[in-house]
Amino acid sequence: MAVAFLATVLASVVVVPPVVAEPPQPAKGRGDKCVMPTDWMRRNHMKGLIHHRREAVHEGIRTPTFDLNGCIDCHQVKGDDGKPVKISSPKHFCRTCHDYAGVRLDCFECHASRPEQKTETTTGQLERSPHHHTGLPGHGGEGDVAALNRYLEGAGK
Amino acid sequence: MSMKFEFPETCSEGAACGCAESDARPVAVAPAPTDVEHATVNVDPVEVGRRWFLKASAAFTTTILAPGVTLMAFGEADSAHAKPADQPVSAKQRWGLLIDAGKCEQGCKACVTACNEENGIATPKNLATDAQWIRTLQVKNPENGSTFQMPFMCQHCSEPPCVDVCPTGASFRRADGIVLVDRHICIGCRYCMMACPYKARSFVHEPLHDQKPEVPRGKGCVESCTMCVHRVDEGGTPACVEACAKTGNAAMIFGDLHDPNSEIAKRIATYRTTRVRADLGTDPGVFYQNI
Ligand code: SF4
Ligand code: SF4
Repeated sequence: MAVAFLATVLASVVVVPPVVAEPPQPAKGRGDKCVMPTDWMRRNHMKGLIHHRREAVHEGIRTPTFDLNGCIDCHQVKGDDGKPVKISSPKHFCRTCHDYAGVRLDCFECHASRPEQKTETTTGQLERSPHHHTGLPGHGGEGDVAALNRYLEGAGK
Repeated sequence: MSMKFEFPETCSEGAACGCAESDARPVAVAPAPTDVEHATVNVDPVEVGRRWFLKASAAFTTTILAPGVTLMAFGEADSAHAKPADQPVSAKQRWGLLIDAGKCEQGCKACVTACNEENGIATPKNLATDAQWIRTLQVKNPENGSTFQMPFMCQHCSEPPCVDVCPTGASFRRADGIVLVDRHICIGCRYCMMACPYKARSFVHEPLHDQKPEVPRGKGCVESCTMCVHRVDEGGTPACVEACAKTGNAAMIFGDLHDPNSEIAKRIATYRTTRVRADLGTDPGVFYQNI
């Protein structure tokens, strides 16, 4: 009897499928390819971002490759209202993986989590400067990657 | 960087007069603004020697030294300053502002509105605590009641007390003179707010939403005027300067103080300019005329 009971328990343990979340399916970006190969980005995007952040804030180096605004622009995900979702939505590109991996993300407490929404404003006559960043990758990428590699070597990584 | 607070010494009028060479650092005529918008800045005559006095005495004459001269619209001489995006900023430049209070129209707030719009700052409801990167000051001479308005923001000091006191390195002066807070590093201790003699900094007390992509801002950090660094790095002009030019008042110009051919450097070399509380030795990058 006891053996039979144990067998039942074991059987039930075996037959209940383990609860494993589906691997995340982050939305594809716009354009042909990312600024770096996908495998590299999966592992190293944070290094690119943190390197760029130092250079951009302290030295005014504003190359587009690892510009967070570029990521946000290319990887925007439209919500039900047709507008790109904010980080508050689980559909947000960054959240799809970060939720899955359980890695807390605080970039968007300060940074915009979606491209700027064009609104009618009373002071809308202010023009952007002609070189205003478009957010699209593909310019100066080689230099960025070389600089990042130098940084990673310097950091012993 | 060490603290350097020097007060002007009384000029001895002799050959050894130290102030004869010090035109680049004129005496202060106005104490630092003491309160938020619409603050009244009391201007006390500074106890100074003759040469110092000559500089200070221009404070309340309304004579515009060169009435025929109009401050040029923004950027013409300097609009080609964009550096290649992959190059760091350098100390060859020092960005600065020249503001002619004589042209600042009483009641106009175009610069303030433009700054708020550009940087995603909500119109302050509580003037004591809400972020203000630029404000208009009403300056009053208590002796004769004369008043004028002038825009006021971070003075982008080259000896910035905010940087001196910052315990984390978050407050820093870029090589080209723009003083910024690296919000990634700032711990929100607000020492810099206490140290700034110009009350130029604000603390963000509450969570923010829908920030501008070019201007990340957030709760728990101190911030101040960035001289629209995101525009400057692309060859642009600060939003306040652009907006002021659009009103037709053209009271502000922006440019490179180190380039002798820039409009701003030429004007500073030609006309009498004042820096607010220059006696503190902060070496501000913002120059005023007719204050
Ligand atoms: S005005 Fe204040 S905040 Fe700006 S650089 Fe000077 S000390 Fe720092
Ligand atoms: S509030 Fe931030 S920037 Fe200011 S002194 Fe403290 S750490 Fe530095």
